[in-house]
Amino acid sequence: MTVAHLKIDLDGFLFIIASSMPYTSYSYQYLFVAIFAVFAVIFAMTPLVLAWFLAPKKPSETKKAPYECGLASQGDSWIQYHVQFYIFALIFLLFDVEIVFIYPWAVAFQKLGLFAFVEMIIFIAILAFGLFYAWRKQMLKWD
Amino acid sequence: MIFDPVFIRLKALFLDLCARFFPEWVVMLASIVISAVVILVMGPVIMMYLTLLERKLLGRIQNRYGPNRVGIWGLLQPVADGIKMFIKEDIVPAHADKIIHLLAPVVTVVPSLMVFLVVPFGNGMTAVNLNIGILYFVAISSITTIPIFMGSWASRNKFSVLGGMRAAAQMISYEAPMTLAIVPVIMASQTLATATIVESQGGGFGMNWFIFTPWGLLGFIIYFFCAIAECNRPPFDLPEAESELIAGFHTEYSGMKFALFYMAEYMNAFTLSAIAVTLFLGGWQGPFLPSWIWFFGKTFLLVCVMIWFRGTFLRFRVDHLMGFAWKFLLPLSLINILIAGLWFLTPAIAAWALTAGLVVASFFVFVKLNKTFVPEKRTYVLAD
Repeated sequence: MTVAHLKIDLDGFLFIIASSMPYTSYSYQYLFVAIFAVFAVIFAMTPLVLAWFLAPKKPSETKKAPYECGLASQGDSWIQYHVQFYIFALIFLLFDVEIVFIYPWAVAFQKLGLFAFVEMIIFIAILAFGLFYAWRKQMLKWD
Repeated sequence: MIFDPVFIRLKALFLDLCARFFPEWVVMLASIVISAVVILVMGPVIMMYLTLLERKLLGRIQNRYGPNRVGIWGLLQPVADGIKMFIKEDIVPAHADKIIHLLAPVVTVVPSLMVFLVVPFGNGMTAVNLNIGILYFVAISSITTIPIFMGSWASRNKFSVLGGMRAAAQMISYEAPMTLAIVPVIMASQTLATATIVESQGGGFGMNWFIFTPWGLLGFIIYFFCAIAECNRPPFDLPEAESELIAGFHTEYSGMKFALFYMAEYMNAFTLSAIAVTLFLGGWQGPFLPSWIWFFGKTFLLVCVMIWFRGTFLRFRVDHLMGFAWKFLLPLSLINILIAGLWFLTPAIAAWALTAGLVVASFFVFVKLNKTFVPEKRTYVLAD
């Protein structure tokens, strides 16, 4: 974590082996992620700004109309949609929360052994029953 | 292997030079900026040449040449496309929510770039070897649902909103089996760090890759299908089905904003394949050649499979698409966790027989359960 890690081996060859790359502390890693996020936003904005200067701007009423295959638009498109989408989102939430519990278990699985495995089988079985119930109730049927 | 750590050595050499003249925090910042700039250059370049590769391969599949006019073999075609995108007029519909319409392409590019941070491009070539690498990947890549929905809703166009609704439903549906398909790999390697997952697949002449186990094969297949669905590529391109929804969620996007959506889609295709290689195909492990050549070779092979799927498969029907995720992939991925557990708790030969048997049995059970309901054969009395 210090500059000493980076010193070139003066014996001739550079032995900076992959796994011992310098800077592996948390602060460095998350600083990297934060700085990269800023870079990525700038990177995404730049072409839009450039295009603002380069692209022609000749708006007209017809161009600004919503595209509906050339016909005049009928009614608003911000309307209520089918409840089906909401039900799928609910079932998704169930499994997403389940995944939050499964990931830490998976990391520690080989240390925990059989008992934790049986516990996880019971946990998954309860949720699989939920999925089975939704399936039988025709909630997974798209119409 | 002289060429293997060439990039790492170059960076270390430069940092060492910095360390002689500047204080430590400058060296640290330099290290961050170098890696960040490399990724920010690499991502778009990969995206540009993926578009060319896709058009070339699709051309060959359809018995034509593909782009070959701009530069040798059409190699400058992506540059020409980029210039065209810059000088196209940006049309925003009159009633659209203009701020969100502008924000959506930006929000879609950022996560697809940020996923590159945890991709292990070679031995020691992970930009940030986070110890929660896979969790980071899952979390960041799931953001891509939101900008697509933002863009579609802000456009205030019927095709867009319908496409966005479908995209949201499809992407959250395929996210659940995708994240569950990764779990067996974590169980085997006991870590979430991407570089360590690759290292745990080393040795054994490539036979330690996780794809060469029953749970690994099943997991890879589930993961790969879900990856194609996550980046809305054919045959899962319902959100932008040209023949029914014009262009789906990006109907009202033109010029650079459209290009950003396009860029994010291709970078996602690349990173999802790259993570598939990391998890199941041994990452950068391989003999003779430098590790990064192995990694890019395997990744581009998977991308070519995606393009091949696009060239040959028909689009799904919406109900089949949702059914495939919830009634087939999701139960199989849950069972796959149990199969992986049995693999580690039973001795070697028994484990092979037991898990392989269970994989095949569960596969056929769910094929059977998903059989479409065929009504009784109709008899036409008067016709005879």
